[in-house]
Amino acid sequence: MGIFEAMLLTIITAATPLVLAAIGELVTERSGVLNLGVEGMMVMGAACGFIATQATGSPYIGILAGIAAGALFSLLFGFLTLTLVANQVATGLALTILGLGVSSMIAEPYLGQSGIKLPQIVFPVLSDIPFLGPVLFKQDLIFYLSIALVAGVNWFLFKSRAGLKLRSVGDSHASAHALGINVIRTRYLAVMFGGASAGLAGAQLSLVYTPQWAENMSAGRGWIALALVVFASWRPWRIVAGGYLFGAVSISQLYAQAFGIGIPSQLLSALPYLATIIVLILISHNRRMTLINTPASLGKSFVPDR
Amino acid sequence: MRIELERRPGVSKLFSILSPFIALGLTLIFGGIMFMMLGKDPVAALYSFFIEPLTEIWSLHELAIKAAPLILIAVGLSVCYRSNNWNIGAEGQFIMGAIAGSILPVVFYEWQSPLVLPLMMLLGMLGGALFAGIPAFLKAHLNTNEILTSLMLVYVAQLFLDWLVRGPWRNPGGMNFPETRTFDATAILPEMIASGRAHWGFGFAIIAAILVWFMMRYTLKGFEITVLGQSQRAGRFAGFSSRKMIWFSMLLSGALAGLAGIAEVSGAIQQLRPVISPGYGFTAIIVAFLGRLNPLGIVVAGLVLALTYLGGEAVQVSLQISDKPIRVFQGLLLFFVLSCDTLIHYKIRMMWYDLSETAGKGTR
Repeated sequence: MGIFEAMLLTIITAATPLVLAAIGELVTERSGVLNLGVEGMMVMGAACGFIATQATGSPYIGILAGIAAGALFSLLFGFLTLTLVANQVATGLALTILGLGVSSMIAEPYLGQSGIKLPQIVFPVLSDIPFLGPVLFKQDLIFYLSIALVAGVNWFLFKSRAGLKLRSVGDSHASAHALGINVIRTRYLAVMFGGASAGLAGAQLSLVYTPQWAENMSAGRGWIALALVVFASWRPWRIVAGGYLFGAVSISQLYAQAFGIGIPSQLLSALPYLATIIVLILISHNRRMTLINTPASLGKSFVPDR
Repeated sequence: MRIELERRPGVSKLFSILSPFIALGLTLIFGGIMFMMLGKDPVAALYSFFIEPLTEIWSLHELAIKAAPLILIAVGLSVCYRSNNWNIGAEGQFIMGAIAGSILPVVFYEWQSPLVLPLMMLLGMLGGALFAGIPAFLKAHLNTNEILTSLMLVYVAQLFLDWLVRGPWRNPGGMNFPETRTFDATAILPEMIASGRAHWGFGFAIIAAILVWFMMRYTLKGFEITVLGQSQRAGRFAGFSSRKMIWFSMLLSGALAGLAGIAEVSGAIQQLRPVISPGYGFTAIIVAFLGRLNPLGIVVAGLVLALTYLGGEAVQVSLQISDKPIRVFQGLLLFFVLSCDTLIHYKIRMMWYDLSETAGKGTR
């Protein structure tokens, strides 16, 4: 296996959780809800996924547990912001703080245990293709899911009736309500989809990326996913492009160290965060472009008048 | 069952005072349940979490030490949040303030003069303000989301501090530990009351709270903050600039977070280490909301959250459980605060009957 191939594989592993969390948040934001709790839902998914895997011995049950944890946890956010119309920014922060706390509490007994890595699924003939084969067809389930999910979301949002309704709720909840669309229910479902995806992203961290539990193991990836949604200007496939770009930046430190480049390791660790800021600047300095793409009701609460 | 909200004609005075207390009560109940699930006696656990730390003089000093940074940061954040600028990177501004203020006692350690301390505090404020100036500039002039940039900068600040104390600023006589040299006596913030432990950081916090409270209540600036926060458009008609407000609120909160940082380092730790904050910058967000974004409320809220830190340490000793429940308590508290705030603007109705019934009566 060449060095380039190995690099690509690490990039994919680093990018997959970003893509997953971001595609979920994209759907949530398309419905007009800004959930800043991605980090919290992700770390809950990582903790619950790991615990379930250790308890049952099956990483597939771990995946399900991660998804369920993320979705259930996001319901808390949904209840506060949709039913009780609490401030979305503050509630998202609360979700992150609570997620980091709860996960470190429930998974504490599992600290230092070595986990079970999610096995690869090898496609018989395709994986023999030189170079592309091992990169694309010798991966774990979560990688395949991440690509399928992006394709599915793209189809759902732009080709299906339900997707059109979801976008209309995000662009003008008052008009959507007047048309008889149930705004609150749509948003609850979108929030839960975002939670489930973030939970799956978390499970990837504790089952594939580093198969063990460490406190705060999401390490800001939830926030980077939020930036990715802006970067992608709310378009599904651009999430993949952005996610892989960030994946490449975040693994660059490993390679720079391996090649003995004399840069302080802290500077290299800071690269993904600095890159996020730079990308955000590049994307958002064009005010008009941002306005066109942003769901118009993003972050606004809706109370049906009666 | 359905829950429906009905907007009150005005703000409920009763609930704007009661809601933080309801939230605290709910947090205690849930906390009790949590301790029960951990197999501990909930009453004893809550007692040693929230009451025991208040029964001894030395722990009251500890309370003031922990409350000082929380109050200082949260007072600044309240101005940001009221004006609709979401600075969530106070943790990073705290760290950069601590670093900037430490230049004198670490690099110019030979200079010993009564001027050192005031200069350190000023440098700390400057460092925090400059660091908050980055997201402020990006938002005001390049339209970049301040939530994400300010948060990303927290990680950058943490890594920068880590590099400093392991690299250029490491104590040459410190056995290779990742620490700077300990501060000279002239660079240590004195105690407020002799023979206690609480340093002047708490005094700064109270002064800042009163000054900001005065500004919000009695000056045009305070009015400007509130108007721009509620409606940018209305603010523009009144001739207020939202761009200048971004700069003002971010620089102010950055300076206060920086002051908190250098006060903590100079008063309590007395050197720089790779980690100098147990998440004060994030906990201060909870403090700001629990205090209902009112500087005087924030003083009380800061003491309450400082108590959760002390209580966490106390139960570690008395009940042999880890310090993890602290974060859970803090997260729960913010959740309940935000949900109880709904009561201020809305009446909550539980609808036990079917929706079609309501429609039939022609109320829709």
